[in-house]
Amino acid sequence: MSAQSAGSWAQRLRAHPLLWPLVTLVLILAVNASLNPGFWVLQWRDGHLYGSIIDILNRSAPLMLVSLGMTLVIATRGIDISVGAVVAISASVAALMIGGKLVIHDGVPTHVSNYPMPLAILCALLVALACGLWNGLLVAKIGLQPIIATLILMVAGRGIAQLATGGQIVTVYYAPYFYIGNGFLWGLPFALFIAAAVYLVVHLAVTRTALGLFIQAIGINPAAARLAGVRERLISVCVYAFCGLTAGVAGLIISSNVKSADGNNAGNLMELDAILAVTLGGTLLTGGRFSLAGSLVGALIIQTLTSTIYSIGVPPEINLVVKAAVVFAVMLLQSADFRSAMRGWLVRPASGSRA
Amino acid sequence: MSNNLNQTTSTRRWRLDPKFMPLAATVSLFVAMAVFGSVSYTGFFSAQAFLNLLIDNAFLVIVAVGMTFVILSGGIDLSVGSVVALSTMVLAALVEHRHWSLWQAIPLVLCMGTLFGAFMGWLIQRFRLQPFIVTLAGMFLARGLCYLISIDSISITDEAYTALAQMRVELWGDSAALSLSALLALAVLAIAMFVAHGTEFGRTVYAIGGSEHSAKLMGLPVARTAILVYTVSGFCSALGGVVFTFYMLSGYGLHAVGLELDAIAAVVIGGTLLSGGVGYVVGTLFGVLTLGIIQSLIMFDGSLSSWWTRIVIGVLLFVFCVLQRVFESGRK
Repeated sequence: MSAQSAGSWAQRLRAHPLLWPLVTLVLILAVNASLNPGFWVLQWRDGHLYGSIIDILNRSAPLMLVSLGMTLVIATRGIDISVGAVVAISASVAALMIGGKLVIHDGVPTHVSNYPMPLAILCALLVALACGLWNGLLVAKIGLQPIIATLILMVAGRGIAQLATGGQIVTVYYAPYFYIGNGFLWGLPFALFIAAAVYLVVHLAVTRTALGLFIQAIGINPAAARLAGVRERLISVCVYAFCGLTAGVAGLIISSNVKSADGNNAGNLMELDAILAVTLGGTLLTGGRFSLAGSLVGALIIQTLTSTIYSIGVPPEINLVVKAAVVFAVMLLQSADFRSAMRGWLVRPASGSRA
Repeated sequence: MSNNLNQTTSTRRWRLDPKFMPLAATVSLFVAMAVFGSVSYTGFFSAQAFLNLLIDNAFLVIVAVGMTFVILSGGIDLSVGSVVALSTMVLAALVEHRHWSLWQAIPLVLCMGTLFGAFMGWLIQRFRLQPFIVTLAGMFLARGLCYLISIDSISITDEAYTALAQMRVELWGDSAALSLSALLALAVLAIAMFVAHGTEFGRTVYAIGGSEHSAKLMGLPVARTAILVYTVSGFCSALGGVVFTFYMLSGYGLHAVGLELDAIAAVVIGGTLLSGGVGYVVGTLFGVLTLGIIQSLIMFDGSLSSWWTRIVIGVLLFVFCVLQRVFESGRK
């Protein structure tokens, strides 16, 4: 309470939307560091950086990408619960098209892809984009509630992915493809650069053009935005299509990382993690207020939490309970009714002077 | 006013009331699929084959009935599948590891599910949280609690339990029989139909789904009913879990993964509008039976793989959602 007089700098810091996500991340990192002395140690090995932090960054890249797409969808008051299925579809398409055969070439056994890798990646991304467009059209043209519109693809998507792979786990034997999920560029995981590039593009599009304002307007009041001349439907379709695309890229990274695609399990529960990351980052589920950087921090929080649970040796299944506790805490903190109730309980005597 | 009302009822008598259209569509779809199956495959048309639809999907009927109330009130409950799993897990652990009698274990599990639903309902109502995100957290929590009990599957070998699970009530002599689960499902359905259409609670649920604001202005107990709706769903999920153990005779944290989607699909296909306020509990039964008959058709065909079920359910969901929009815009 006394901090109110400490000047505008402290006030601005307190009001900064990224404060609480970052504090949470730092706290989890601190817990990690105290439990595991080698947590912050970075080593240069095999031409790249090596350490727990790098591992967390690499593993959180797919979630970061999906969270970026999800942030824009949630900002327009929507939700996309089909991202996990789209991850599975894109991974399956890429893995099927690349596959890889063992060919003896001049006495040297080499793996050859079924189709050229750029073509396979392009196809996988196009399929993912089509999935996103489908969602967008259902929401914007037909007017279905977002959760139901995307539920359709969530149910059918895994079936489609399994149909494509014939219900098998497709293994990839083509080394260049592994670079996407396992490779390093300038000592850092390549997947991280993909996530950073997508973030930069979206960030520029949202801050340097009116797009961010339009998205916010739609999230706050779709009808008013439409009356004010915002092309609400077009933007909604684009936002869902973009979310599908980011899920497609995440699918490529995941399948490249594990060198296979499993239509049934790839990206399982990813939609929930992405929604969790977005809410942790300070984006309002009711639309309007969103933070792209916050979602990246949210994705990092989730991945760090997962790694913490592994490293302190409790069964990984407890992860779900911890995540549930985090979701409960975050959504209660976001609720204006909860905050006013808490204020009522905590500072009842002082409530008179506040008015 | 009353004159006007009479007029509308008399004009409506000539054609099917639009509010029955989704229900009629579902029932005719079910009949069409049953006829198609009976014509195409030998052995499809038998009393037992149809009763098996009910026996194999008894838990889904129970869970979907709970979901119907939630969706009628304009909400959604994503936690049902994991509450089913948690119920199977607790039951199996109590009966197998602690050697509880099932007459102690089952009521405890039902209480747990009910309290779980009530807690989520309270959070949603008291703090104005989105049902979707609260029940999502509930889904995580219940699944996580399953794994805290055990990571592996616990099979139930208790004799009283297996006897109960294998109990069959014969209808029309030997040719057709129903299991205890199916009877429970029918009982739940009958009670739910009475509650939805014949009690103050049921009418309040419809009113909230139509417009929460108006319901509040009418002086209806909105807060209490909104919490009760999730409590009912929690109870139904726990009962669904009990019935699921009769079916699987085991408790496992991976039981009923994705059941919430099947339940929502059944409710939607059963003609309940997702925006709330319009729908019938009996439609949900036909929704479940339609999902069940798709599975049997794919099974009887033999050449189609199991994932076709998911694709067909997705297509059906799409068709019914679009139809709903057409009906809604038609009414306006």
